[in-house]
Amino acid sequence: MSKVPSDLKYTRTHEWLRTLPDGSVEVGITDHAQHALGDLVFVEVPEAGRTVAQGEPFAVVESVKAASDVYAPVSGEVIAGNPALAGAPETLNTDPYGAGWLARLRVHTAPGALLSAAEYGRLTTEETD
Amino acid sequence: MAFVPHTRADVAAMLESIGVESIEALFEEIPAALRISALEGVPEALNEMQLARLMSARAQRDGRHLCFIGAGAYEHHIPAAVWALATRGEFYSAYTPYQAEASQGTLQLLYEYQTMMASLTAMEVSNASLYDGASALAEASLMAVRANRRSRSKRILVPCSVHPHYRRAAVAIAGNQGLAFEELPFADDTGCTPVAALQRYEREDITALVIAQPNVFGGLEDVDTLTDWAHARHALVVAVVNPVSLALLKPPGHWGAKGADIVVGEGQPLGIPLSSGGPYFGFMTTRLEHVRQMPGRIVGRTVDADGRAGFTLTLQAREQHIRRGKATSNICTNQGLMVTAATIHLSLMGAEGLRRTAAAAHARTRELVAALTSLPGVRRQFSGPVFHEDVIGLDVPVAPVLQALAERGIQGGWDLHRHYPQLGSALLVCATETKTAADITRYRDALADCLRATRTA
Amino acid sequence: MSIERDNRLEPLIFDYSVPGRGAEDQWPAPSGDAAVADLPAALCREQPPLLPAVSELETVRHFTRLSQLNFAIDTNFYPLGSCTMKYNPKACNQYAMLPEFLARHPLAPEAQGQGVLECLFELQEMLKAVTGMQAVSLTPMAGAQGEFAGVAMIRAYHRARGDLERNEIIVPETAHGTNPATATMCGWVVREVPVDAEGDVDVAALAAAVGPKTAGIMLTNPSTLGLFERRIEAVARIVHDAGGLLYYDGANLNAILGKVRPGDMGFDVVHVNLHKTFSTPHGGGGPGAGPVGVAARLAPFLPVPVVARRDDRYCWLTEDDLPQSIGRLSAFCGNVGVLLRAYIYMRMLGRDGMAKVGDYATLNANYLLARLTRAGFDAAYPRRRASHEFIITLKRQARDLGVSAMDVAKRLLDHGQHAPTTYFPLLVPECLLIEPTETESKAALDTFAVAMAQILAEAAQEPEHVTSAPHTMPVRRLDDVRAAKQLDLTWKPAP
Repeated sequence: MSKVPSDLKYTRTHEWLRTLPDGSVEVGITDHAQHALGDLVFVEVPEAGRTVAQGEPFAVVESVKAASDVYAPVSGEVIAGNPALAGAPETLNTDPYGAGWLARLRVHTAPGALLSAAEYGRLTTEETD
Repeated sequence: MAFVPHTRADVAAMLESIGVESIEALFEEIPAALRISALEGVPEALNEMQLARLMSARAQRDGRHLCFIGAGAYEHHIPAAVWALATRGEFYSAYTPYQAEASQGTLQLLYEYQTMMASLTAMEVSNASLYDGASALAEASLMAVRANRRSRSKRILVPCSVHPHYRRAAVAIAGNQGLAFEELPFADDTGCTPVAALQRYEREDITALVIAQPNVFGGLEDVDTLTDWAHARHALVVAVVNPVSLALLKPPGHWGAKGADIVVGEGQPLGIPLSSGGPYFGFMTTRLEHVRQMPGRIVGRTVDADGRAGFTLTLQAREQHIRRGKATSNICTNQGLMVTAATIHLSLMGAEGLRRTAAAAHARTRELVAALTSLPGVRRQFSGPVFHEDVIGLDVPVAPVLQALAERGIQGGWDLHRHYPQLGSALLVCATETKTAADITRYRDALADCLRATRTA
Repeated sequence: MSIERDNRLEPLIFDYSVPGRGAEDQWPAPSGDAAVADLPAALCREQPPLLPAVSELETVRHFTRLSQLNFAIDTNFYPLGSCTMKYNPKACNQYAMLPEFLARHPLAPEAQGQGVLECLFELQEMLKAVTGMQAVSLTPMAGAQGEFAGVAMIRAYHRARGDLERNEIIVPETAHGTNPATATMCGWVVREVPVDAEGDVDVAALAAAVGPKTAGIMLTNPSTLGLFERRIEAVARIVHDAGGLLYYDGANLNAILGKVRPGDMGFDVVHVNLHKTFSTPHGGGGPGAGPVGVAARLAPFLPVPVVARRDDRYCWLTEDDLPQSIGRLSAFCGNVGVLLRAYIYMRMLGRDGMAKVGDYATLNANYLLARLTRAGFDAAYPRRRASHEFIITLKRQARDLGVSAMDVAKRLLDHGQHAPTTYFPLLVPECLLIEPTETESKAALDTFAVAMAQILAEAAQEPEHVTSAPHTMPVRRLDDVRAAKQLDLTWKPAP
């Protein structure tokens, strides 16, 4: 069973979103996603200052057998990409909800429909069946 | 014959095992209306003896001629060992090395090849080949669009002094993805790209500048100035080079202050026969920072479960079989066997042999041009420095002269009229190290004859 | 220092390098500095490139030993699905490499190339005959470039008719990865359609997917599942009725050679992989050749050059003759040497030999499938007839024994059998795609079946010996995560 922290919001495409105290958000990929991808060998995070639209590919994660776009769970402006991932992509495998965050964004508009932890948990259980 | 080894007893036993009456029954799922009974239009089989006779006769019709044509494909000496080794069944009849443990020979060879090409071009990484030089330019242009994050225009500046077939292939292959190839004129006196031609792009968003060294006329471009101009405007530099020339000429990695960003070219001069145009191979090298944008296969060295060194395809997540519609290219099969030959060729040549080859080819071309321009009505078209290829101007049309030369067994060069009508009667000529002083004299005397005949006609 | 040498491995060519050594007999005499004095110093190289300095014998030994680390058709059974690893007759190589053919410059006069042009012209004619198409261009240099040419012609066709709305290419979910990658290269939007439980294209889903935006469909038949698309006539009707064209990926033409032709199935464009069906060598990754054939309405758009016969002379047609051509895909005229090998192969097979290809490729696949099923393996589509290849799925073994398709593939290497294609098509879990080809004997198939049965028994008794395979190859399983993370793509001399 993969971990689904209850305090986060999720997308159907396996991204998570955390609202920070200052109103900005932190985003990453879920434990389920990192497990499906396997050992990550490369992560490309967005540059600060870039504006992204919800659903737009804004990062790339790559394992030996797969490369996937990561879609922005909200629209906004990138405050920072996680600089630690370039040298240590495996952080996404070991700590997907913590040190493995991909980017921080300043949100422009309220995000569209996101999933609760319970809803996302059900989705991933269906997928593994 | 179809190289099918089955005996009648085999077939009977196999059908029984499957549980059908006949081979025909195995095709029951194909709608009957679509079936054909025979392949009309395919001739009867030849056995190997008959085939040998047919092909020998065809080859003899083509004959052997004294060739002074270059224009992107060059006649160099090829050591006998190159193809004796490359056509060994273990190289010749192997597949792409997807099963690394059963393909260490091919994989290690490709790693050695990547090392040689990176060093020859003074870049950091190389792929395992593309189809040919022209399609490699198309791939490099697409790669430049992906790699240059500061440019949104997809505009690629291409000098007219880049081989016209390369320019056409780039448009045909990359044009459907919205790339705009804009042509830069060359100077009338040198045949090279003047920096002044770039002035109108001073303030524009340019994705990449293509620089061919030497260019299609053999001319040597001012690569340092052009490279620095591009980089000052955040455009990438795509170099198109002849690998043999790099034994003498400054490698693209050292052009200007920062060096070229992507290097491509035609690998044919490295041990590949002319063979009417192919198979050759395209090479591509780049900086490490762009490696994930590079198309084609790449081999890496790693370790096995026991910690011993071994080789495997790597960075495959860029490729079509994984990324599908988002891959860096649709390339799958490349020109592996040609790379095998080139790696063996480069090993036999070494730095010294390659340098001697380049110098000898260059010297023969100079002798050829001196001999031809000693004739009345024959002159050098351009004045600048060249490498092992040059354009001569005639005072009569080129086509009938070339035909008359061909009748004397001499292939005198490439008529530039079709692609460069503004040059008038211009002929691109090349002599490599394979030509002797007697060959050059023979060409000069034949040309003198043909010119006399043309003028009196 | 270790005295013993590990005979399974071969040092790098650079390890043999000694300054001052070289295969000097292969080099021209030194030209002297004066010969290159006209090259401006600012444009010249300062440091020589890092190339090995080795003798000819060292070179010959090194590359011979490297070759011996490979599996190849000439040394091992190589049932790699979708790749058609059939015997490459030696005559095809020898007679394509006659000195006159090798020496001919691509820009040499046509009059001094009538022999090679005649071969190429006849090859075009034979490809028309086997595909049921009206015109052929030989220039694409591999299957993927043939696909590109085909799809670019579909685009050119719609545009020439002023039909600018169409921007979607339909691709079944089982397609080769090159199909969507090619469609993207042509600037199309890719739309995937599912296949049904029996492996046929879901015709209802297809009917719902087509419309005024449909440019065409890319199909492989038999499909990558090793199954003949039984409703191909309905598929053709649906796409044509929507105004789209049908593109045939010739990857699996070997299965139906002499039985049924893409043109008769309703396809408008085909590409043929000469390195599969017509036995030109795979060469460790190429060169291939991917000629394209088209119905008459697409002939004006063929890539140039194309060989034509005028009176009794053969000549190249260029952009001047075909102004609507999609253009040039190579500097010259494609992989001529590969085309000659395919020509020779086709002449040696002749009409009757070609019909045997489809027969025996299909017989071998169905026989091997029957043997493997009996040995306890699961066919992915047990109710279907195999074409020239078939899929077995190891889903059950992976679940019950912890042994994956990759493990079985690696263990096969220890048995001297090259692995089948693994994990393709993506649709079938833990799959092996097996294509024996017609040139393998019953005995070779039996040996493979016995090896598979032994591995299955071993997987039950001693699974770790299977999951840690191979054990007898030059290297054991390689760390491909490390290869991708700690990139080591070129050798560097010790500082």
